[in-house]
Amino acid sequence: MAASLQFDLVSPERRLASFAATEVQIPAVAGDMTAMAGHTPTITSLRPGVLRVVGVDGMKAYVVTGGFAEIGATGVSVLAEQAVPLDELTPAKLDALVADACEAAAVNPDKDAADKAVADLNAMRAATGL
Amino acid sequence: MPSLKDLKNRIGSVKNTRKITKAMQMVAAAKLRRAQEAAEAARPFAERMTAVMSALASGVGTGAGAPKLLAGNGRDQVHLLVVMTSERGLCGGFNSSIVKLARLRANELVAQGKTVKILTVGKKGREQLKRDWAQTFVGHVDLSDVKRVGYANAQGVAREVMAAFEADEADVVTIFYNRFQSVISQIPTMQQVIPAKFEAVSTSSLYDYEPSEEAILADLLPRGVATQIFTALLENGASEQGARMSAMDNATRNAGDMINKLTIQYNRSRQAAITKELIEIISGAEAL
Repeated sequence: MAASLQFDLVSPERRLASFAATEVQIPAVAGDMTAMAGHTPTITSLRPGVLRVVGVDGMKAYVVTGGFAEIGATGVSVLAEQAVPLDELTPAKLDALVADACEAAAVNPDKDAADKAVADLNAMRAATGL
Repeated sequence: MPSLKDLKNRIGSVKNTRKITKAMQMVAAAKLRRAQEAAEAARPFAERMTAVMSALASGVGTGAGAPKLLAGNGRDQVHLLVVMTSERGLCGGFNSSIVKLARLRANELVAQGKTVKILTVGKKGREQLKRDWAQTFVGHVDLSDVKRVGYANAQGVAREVMAAFEADEADVVTIFYNRFQSVISQIPTMQQVIPAKFEAVSTSSLYDYEPSEEAILADLLPRGVATQIFTALLENGASEQGARMSAMDNATRNAGDMINKLTIQYNRSRQAAITKELIEIISGAEAL
């Protein structure tokens, strides 16, 4: 078995998950990346996407919007602005997320970034088949 | 001298008041626990966020290329004070202590010739500030329909604050709230959120940054503002319930004291009335 690392998923309101994982797939702004034990310490921003964690008892997936991930020597902590377990995600929830992003895009001075967030969400909708 | 009936009514009404304050105290205690849990649950995020941002900020510095939210826009003429208070009263000195601190700061700034703008969160603070500072109000965030303060509420406030900053309508943003220490002690706190202030940390950055330190920092700073406001709202929520709990505890005790006093007075006057009647009967009989 591969060496494990400590995985934490934290949202502003609460700690969503904390367990040992062997591999964490992070939707980073520059493209997806997978962190395993012994990864170079890295801090990266997130884009809206699906975060997949392979733990001892199978794979868990979460839908995250923005935030950042901190990959350290001992573990990975993901600080997501919003995070929802993938199997709890309903089309209605996803619609709400998209609506939020659109609303944010309307007032955001950085038009490109906000539009990209909306596009990312829509891409995610296609990928998750909802 | 109130009549016996008056006294009896009075005792009855004070007893009812005591029931109400006692119930309010218990509700506040239950809500306090929930509010404290919420504040507790939000702590890991806020702590990590601050740690990472401090590391980033000391790496990037406040030089020319630094993001505006960190370095400021080079002026400190217009100060936006975000005063966070409760939506409901009957919580002791909770609102007054925040308003007092905000007023003090506002007076200080005006004396220095700065422009003060006030954004109120929660209607109690607005009511108290209305008399002297109404002309400086730039907005109000109403949270009276919100049962549980969520991150989205904080984001709403943050968005408003940042819009003002971006539009050059404010140069420095400070938030006012009560930090929860214990049920009997809440500390009115003033915290500057824009430009962001971090304690300098001497971490040689061991991390790789993707895409780059500057880009991540620029992405994180608005979230940092929202996180700080969220933390403040939660602390405020816990403080409000704590303040209400101790205020209601006091009220209950006062009502009890009052009932005791009134009961003694009632008994005395009853006795006096009986004695008086006896004297009347006896002296009547003697006169025969």
